[in-house]
Amino acid sequence: MSTVSTSIAPAAAPARTSAPADNTSFSVDFSDIGRSFTAKPERGAARGSTVAPRPVLRDVSLTVQPGEVLAILGTSGCGKSTLLRIAGGLDEPSTGSIRIDGSPLNGIDARCAVGFQEPRLLPWRTIADNVALGLPRRIGRAEGKSRVAALLELVGLTSFADHRPRAVSGGMAQRASLARALARNPGVLLLDEPFGALDALTRLKMQDLLLDVHAAAPTTILLVTHDVDEALQLADRIILLGADDDADDMAGGRTGATIVQELVVPGGRPRDRGSAELAELRGRLLAGLGIDRHGQARGVAATHTIPHFPY
Amino acid sequence: MTQTQIPKPGTAAAVRPARRPIRLTSRRGFVIFGGALLPLAILLVWQLSITLGVVSVSQLPSPAMVFLAAIDLYERGQLTLYVAISTQRVLIGFAIGASLGVAAGALVGLSRGANVLLSPTLGAIRAVPSLAWVPLLLLWLGFGEQSKITLVAIGAFFPVYTTVSLALRHVDQHLVEAGRAFGLGGIRLFTAVQLPAVIPSVISGLRLALAQAWLFLVAAELLGASMGLGFLLSESGGNGRIDRIILAIVLLAVIGKITDAVVGIFEKWANKKWA
Ligand SMILES: Nc1ncnc2c1ncn2[C@@H]1O[C@H](COP(=O)(O)OP(=O)(O)OP(=O)(O)O)[C@@H](O)[C@H]1O
Ligand SMILES: [Mg+2]
Repeated sequence: MSTVSTSIAPAAAPARTSAPADNTSFSVDFSDIGRSFTAKPERGAARGSTVAPRPVLRDVSLTVQPGEVLAILGTSGCGKSTLLRIAGGLDEPSTGSIRIDGSPLNGIDARCAVGFQEPRLLPWRTIADNVALGLPRRIGRAEGKSRVAALLELVGLTSFADHRPRAVSGGMAQRASLARALARNPGVLLLDEPFGALDALTRLKMQDLLLDVHAAAPTTILLVTHDVDEALQLADRIILLGADDDADDMAGGRTGATIVQELVVPGGRPRDRGSAELAELRGRLLAGLGIDRHGQARGVAATHTIPHFPY
Repeated sequence: MTQTQIPKPGTAAAVRPARRPIRLTSRRGFVIFGGALLPLAILLVWQLSITLGVVSVSQLPSPAMVFLAAIDLYERGQLTLYVAISTQRVLIGFAIGASLGVAAGALVGLSRGANVLLSPTLGAIRAVPSLAWVPLLLLWLGFGEQSKITLVAIGAFFPVYTTVSLALRHVDQHLVEAGRAFGLGGIRLFTAVQLPAVIPSVISGLRLALAQAWLFLVAAELLGASMGLGFLLSESGGNGRIDRIILAIVLLAVIGKITDAVVGIFEKWANKKWA
């Protein structure tokens, strides 16, 4: 059920998106990623007592195809942001390795752009200048300016271009942060709950916008979210992070979280938000997150193979 | 009828923002008047205590006598010279000390290695009282300008160094990480994220440094100088000219306050721009 959206979209939305069509996208390859944090020993703890490192992630192996949209779901504190930070080179895995486009990731990579969970805008710069921070280094002044203007238009912040971050709302700041990540025109776009602070309506609009951008320039997107519907609406594939069944708490407090479910979302985008097929998947994901689904499954099988891109 | 009514809401709306009551304590006229109130009262008490004979003129000369001393010094050409030379020493010493302070503060604030290496030594040097340097500087650098400017620079260095290094250590790490994630590093990261983040503290450091520069200037001039307000103090102390001593104190207070006010205006502007 692959659609032709990727081939027609550049013609349909060239004026709205600023990303050039020659955008390249890269594969992301996690192999056996594990990450544990060592907490600082508490004051008054016996000297010499070693604090065991607390595992947060373990055995995360996953290949994200070029141009694929992967949603990462999981309960709060299970390590979603940690995984994304590792992919962006902002954090290093304790074990395992990560490759982008086949080459091992070494520190911060110019091919990736990160939209952080918090907006993280520089308070002394205007919204436009903040977005300009995301521009690739080699880009010219005039081109950069028009790109920033186009991105601000895209996220609906044109009239706030000259405002300081503290003079705009939280949702606006988050949209500015998204625009900053898009300004990179990255091969891999890492988004950490990019729509978390938005109201329901703006959130739906921004989801569609992200799909437009992706259709015009199909970059690889890793999208962290806690919203099952958002994942179903946007992603080609969804992974659910959590503890294995034998561990006793959801966030994987003892052993660290790993991929407990992986499912391919059927159908091309944009998807019907109310379809029965998605409802079934939603139930399954919610169950995986530890939520009672309040009803019986209707038995729609989800494929576990990854269809070839473009879908 | 309607025509006369229509402008009403418009004018009311136009007038309302201007009419919004400004707090009395933030009105400019009140601020200036309020600030001048206490000095005027002091002047009055000073004059009264002399006219009523509470203190003798040999202990405390009257305001008029101090004023005449100023005129006298001015006519000899000394007043302008002393004020100019003192201000010059402060400004040059402040410029040198503050620049070194920013550089050392940036180094210690950004690099752990430099912090380990430098901060104990600099902390110890800071603990040395200003007067302790004077004999040493006089022997090393002589009686000329260098020794005074060096002492003023030492005085200006430490407030800037301390505030800059502390502020850099407390820059929001989230912002620094965001800068790094978008490909900034080294000097570009410093100018784009860390420096703007600490500019308000740098400026308040500069303000403290300027005040300290005046303190160290007087220390330098008291003990070894042939010109300047500090020299005026020590010379008048020697020959008992209390009117000139009071004149020098008043001049130091007024000039110090003026230079501080200039930096204060700059601080306000910068805080608007950067914070
Ligand atoms: N720098 C760090 N030092 C110590 N522990 C950390 C650090 N960063 C993350 N952790 C721990 O790792 C775990 C996962 O954090 P992470 O931010 O990845 O969660 P998350 O899945 O993004 O949660 P949320 O949905 O609430 O954002 C948390 O328990 C957190 O305490
Ligand atoms: Mg998170």
